[in-house]
Amino acid sequence: MAMRTPNDFAARNSPAEIAVEVAGLHKWYGEFHVLRDINLAVARGERIVICGPSGGGKSTLLRCINRLEDWQRGRVVVDGIELTDDPRQILAVRRNVGMVFQQFNLFPHLTVLENCTLAPIWVRRMPKKQAEELAMRFLARVKIPEQAQKYPARLSGGQQQRVAIARALCMNPNIMLFDEPTSALDPEMVKEVLDTMVELAADGITMLVVTHEMGFARQVADRVIFMADGQIIEINAPKQFFESPQHERTRLFLQQVLH
Amino acid sequence: MAVIADTPVLYVRTAPAEQLLPPPASSGLIGWLRANLFSSFGNTVLTLACAALILWAVPPLLRFLFIDAVWSGSDREVCLASSAHLEPGACWAFVRVWLSYFVYGFYPIPGRWRVDVFFAALAFGIGWLAWLSAPRRDLGAVYFFIVLPVLSVVLLYGFPAIGLPTVPTNLWGGVLVTIVVATVGIVASLPIGILLALGRRSELPAVRWLAIGFIEFVRGVPLITVLFMASVMLPLFVPQRLEPDKLLRALIGVAVFASAYTAEVVRGGLAAVPRGQYEAARALALTYWPTMGLVILPQALRVTLPNIVNTFIGLFKDTTLVFVVGIFDFLRTIEAARGDPKWATPVTATTGYAFAALFYFIFCYGMSRYARSVEARLSRSDRR
Repeated sequence: MAMRTPNDFAARNSPAEIAVEVAGLHKWYGEFHVLRDINLAVARGERIVICGPSGGGKSTLLRCINRLEDWQRGRVVVDGIELTDDPRQILAVRRNVGMVFQQFNLFPHLTVLENCTLAPIWVRRMPKKQAEELAMRFLARVKIPEQAQKYPARLSGGQQQRVAIARALCMNPNIMLFDEPTSALDPEMVKEVLDTMVELAADGITMLVVTHEMGFARQVADRVIFMADGQIIEINAPKQFFESPQHERTRLFLQQVLH
Repeated sequence: MAVIADTPVLYVRTAPAEQLLPPPASSGLIGWLRANLFSSFGNTVLTLACAALILWAVPPLLRFLFIDAVWSGSDREVCLASSAHLEPGACWAFVRVWLSYFVYGFYPIPGRWRVDVFFAALAFGIGWLAWLSAPRRDLGAVYFFIVLPVLSVVLLYGFPAIGLPTVPTNLWGGVLVTIVVATVGIVASLPIGILLALGRRSELPAVRWLAIGFIEFVRGVPLITVLFMASVMLPLFVPQRLEPDKLLRALIGVAVFASAYTAEVVRGGLAAVPRGQYEAARALALTYWPTMGLVILPQALRVTLPNIVNTFIGLFKDTTLVFVVGIFDFLRTIEAARGDPKWATPVTATTGYAFAALFYFIFCYGMSRYARSVEARLSRSDRR
């Protein structure tokens, strides 16, 4: 994998090369100013890791990108589509953006295979047989094809999260959002999920990952974003981020997580 | 404290610990009795009290219903006390003679096969849908919700063009009316109740307030009031020839009433589905109706199945209230028949009510058992 530097991305100029653009984003929960003037451009194929203390707005920012959250000020453009109140725009974005949640959020009343084929059949209008073939391909890729007929509750946490990844991939997304994908897992299952994500990253899909797994950030990220108090404190290449963080808050945070 | 002293501070296991059978007192019949019936002083008292209650109540009941019962005869003489029969039990002979009235009411005798066909068609439909691994349950649903209602109206009410003379609903009665009212109430209230529950949680204020208003109004009024309104007030406003059929009015009243209750039950189920499920569905670009129909409702209905069945059981029994507007449901036909002077005996009324109790019990207990078996099956297939 060729090492890319932030400057490569800063140098891009064609808008088609920008996967996600967030400009002047502000969000309040009641009186609480949860996102404060977020500005961010993510290039196509770029892998972004967002870290920072809890309550810093990381997940909220991620959830704005597929409009699970709305906002009061600013704009978000995904794949050239601006997210407005128009439900058609929102659906168009969601069709191309996959999301993986901390709590997996698999549909417990459907089998693993049905979890994966639901959206291709009902959103993409794909014939059932074709959707099943597609799902089996992605289940094989996350290395659990033999679990296809089981219900999610029969699977371990790590397997469930891999199903969730396969389910998102079945929509053939351009962008994948990961919201603390390993935080709800037992320690011995973290690796299998991270390995799956590393493989995915090697395929060149655009990824935005909120995580506390600093090893993953070091290995995979093109840029690491540090967020606290609803603001972006620092954006840096992983090497610089971990070895010579620029901002006082970043240094403090890294001291705490990297013992 | 020798045990603790013997425990090593540092330890590495060398052989696996043996797997032993439980001690005898905790398993087998004695173990079961001890654990379930005599586990404490309080439970022992309760067990003995219940045993006494059963001994006091059950033998006389069996005696009345079966041992001393009169099974056949043509008039009251057989059910009166005589030297041969000092204390007569249930007069089943009376029920046998009046049975066809209890089932069909005044439905004309030559047309009663139509009612039988209706019962059979209904039972077939229920069986098709209730048997969870039946083939083509989608066709079953089409049959039950589209074909069957049309077929039922044609059969029961009549369709002179194909040689089925019209039978006005005031001739209907007995089990027929009870089943029709209960089925229409149940079948109509489920979809309407679901829509109302979704409406109540809608993000559109107009829809939400309409749903809340409807539910709260109907729940705040007794069923008898709804039925009286339908049968007494409606004719004051509508000219006679446009006046809808009396049974139809009662059916609408019951369906409206049941819908409001079902809506509240379903709402509870919707609230029990975690937020993450909505978010996962939305993140997959599913729109409102697929999200609800494929993701949220299947889970919500599963959670509320016992409560929904509970509502239906209540509704089934509430159908007896239609008698207040002059409709001869099953219980009302028994009421009418027990006044027959030909069968005037001290046990006639008791027998009639025992028969009614048996009828309602079989249906309600059947629904309850069915719900339990579905629950068990669902919890087996996807344990959370």
